[in-house]
Amino acid sequence: MQVALFIPCLSEHLYPQSAMSMVKILRHIGAEIDYVDGQTCCGQPAFNSGYRKEIIPIAERFIKLFRHKQYVVAPSGSCVAMVRKFYYDLDIHPNLHQARDDLAAKIFEFTEFLVDVARCDGLGGSFPHAVTYHDSCHLNRELGIHEQPRQLIRAIADVQFIEMEQSDICCGFGGTFSFKFADLSIAMTERKCRYIEESGAEYCIGADSSCLMNIEGFLRRHGKKAKTMHIADLLAASLGL
Amino acid sequence: MNLRASSTRQYIRTALKNDNLRQAVNKATQTALQKRLAIVEQTPNWEDLRLRAHSIKQNVIEHLDEYLERFEKKCGENGIHVHWATDAEEARTIIKKIVRQNNVASIVKSKSLTTEEIHLNPFLTNLGVETLETDLGEYIVQLLDQTPSHLTAPALHLTRQDVGRIFQQKLGVDYTENPHELLQIARKKLRQKFLQADMGISGVNFAIASSGAFVVIENEANARLSMGLPRIHLAVMGIEKLIPTFQDLPLFLKLLPPSATGQKQTVYVNIIGGAQYDVLGEGPEQVHIVLLDNGRSKIAADVELRETLFCIRCGACLNVCPIYQQVGGHAYGWIYMGPIGATLIPQFLGLHEGRFAPFLSSLCGACHEICPMRIRIPHHLLKLRNQVVEAGFSKKGEKSVFKLWAFLAQHPVLYRLTTWLPGKIQIIYRRPFPAPGYWRKRALGLFDSRGFRRRFLDEQKQRKRRANIDQQHGMTT
Ligand code: SF4
Repeated sequence: MQVALFIPCLSEHLYPQSAMSMVKILRHIGAEIDYVDGQTCCGQPAFNSGYRKEIIPIAERFIKLFRHKQYVVAPSGSCVAMVRKFYYDLDIHPNLHQARDDLAAKIFEFTEFLVDVARCDGLGGSFPHAVTYHDSCHLNRELGIHEQPRQLIRAIADVQFIEMEQSDICCGFGGTFSFKFADLSIAMTERKCRYIEESGAEYCIGADSSCLMNIEGFLRRHGKKAKTMHIADLLAASLGL
Repeated sequence: MNLRASSTRQYIRTALKNDNLRQAVNKATQTALQKRLAIVEQTPNWEDLRLRAHSIKQNVIEHLDEYLERFEKKCGENGIHVHWATDAEEARTIIKKIVRQNNVASIVKSKSLTTEEIHLNPFLTNLGVETLETDLGEYIVQLLDQTPSHLTAPALHLTRQDVGRIFQQKLGVDYTENPHELLQIARKKLRQKFLQADMGISGVNFAIASSGAFVVIENEANARLSMGLPRIHLAVMGIEKLIPTFQDLPLFLKLLPPSATGQKQTVYVNIIGGAQYDVLGEGPEQVHIVLLDNGRSKIAADVELRETLFCIRCGACLNVCPIYQQVGGHAYGWIYMGPIGATLIPQFLGLHEGRFAPFLSSLCGACHEICPMRIRIPHHLLKLRNQVVEAGFSKKGEKSVFKLWAFLAQHPVLYRLTTWLPGKIQIIYRRPFPAPGYWRKRALGLFDSRGFRRRFLDEQKQRKRRANIDQQHGMTT
């Protein structure tokens, strides 16, 4: 099984550790890792801000880079949603339509890949802590991924998994939204963090670095005990990788 | 009303500090959501209902002209006067004419967003016609000289204590916060007016194309009274409100009340199918219906955005929206608010005036998930954001930033440099870079100058070296 990594910007520059954890897990289940050098961004920040024309070359470049891979896996739901779903809202050159369709069918979010493609029911391991899980919006609603990460967490032998209140309510990040309407965004983050705290979990697990960055930033700034952790880091830690 | 982003931000800031407002909004939306969920869970074919409703509306909006013609013809046969209004002004002129011709001195209104859309109340008041809102929530909002803050619950932003104080001040009654007593106070004030009014005005929930009839659903009987008691009834209806036949009505009546108030059914379903019959002598002598376009046919012409016209104004997308839950409906600055409002504002008011609205969303998608009509609201918000940008109404300088960024993203070496550099700087300057607004209440992470790529490639080199050594080792032993 050949897996080409797609490492989104935030993972590349702010959370390389989590991406490394993903690599470890993928190797652990026997995947052969392939890194496509020269990859950059999928174009999502500009797309969400209304800039479509500007990112067509970025999307076309992305499609060409990954078109011949067997599987493409990324540690982020929203970036996968961008490629799988929103590339259809761009005027991609007709010559690349087939390649776009192919790519949409073989790009996967990390937990989705583990459970649905690699048919891994769980990895076991040990993580004797209380954890909760935050459903990132694009992951949950665009890609319909909510069971897969939970299944992987529950499979860890001694973890205490607690569902927080409204685990699927937005954390308030929303990309440029958090700058354009900063006060509102913060109020939303505050609420999310309150639910995390109330759950009593030591760690809030997530599968999207952008939400985790937002949540972590708020928790840290306000001296909260709870920490955030990418699911790849959790799985790697539980296996001692 | 002011739609500029700066005043929206200002409003949001004030709203966020208003605990009373936030509590009221939070409580009301949570209650509606819980009740809704209880019903949806008991309705195993809910998804199927949504799909069917979507396809019915799809068909209607695609063939709107035909359905409208049929509706007009049937209304004519039933003795309902049909008037066409291309915009708000024309609608007001039509209504003025009817009011003048019939010497109307007082009007009772039942809740209608479409009449808010054409600013009917101030217009009628200026004509010297006494105009009274009769829906309790709408009545309260009218006393305050405000606009509704929710599609189905106009006074959702107020607590019952607020209402008690408003009644005390505006109506001169003793303070009470007992909902039942408050209702009785309003009822007493309103009953008299119903009997005196010359004209009743309502909106329309559904109009039946094949029968020339229209439907108004409600819980308080005020719509029923304003439709039945005065000698003239006038309904204002957006042209998208049509459904093909009466057979389609039950489907929509199954979807709307649970989504709106978490009720299985509303208390009343009122249907007007014509003016007074000679034999019975009951009901209004004249029935008028104003068919309002006001930009709708233009929206209907867009193969994608036309989906925003499928809206049945249930308000579920507002209730579930994490933004609406924080600040309520007035933040949007217009009569249609919340996620669906954010799509309608730029379409009705123009991309320039409504330019901020599509951005007032984190694109979380909860609205699409809950919408009984399955309207892909985030999808449309994204498209409208693009239209705002293409029309040149985005923030100054933003375009050049994204253009530069897009250029860099096509040149990996340069792209890496832009993050390698801050990473290097932060080795010495161990503080996050300024992120206006964002960082005020959030700590920021530091850039990693090595990044994933470097780590991975280094690691791979090491693995190869190790593999080579192992191999050599294997050969020597
Ligand atoms: S968009 Fe959907 S959920 Fe929102 S008010 Fe309209 S019908 Fe209801």
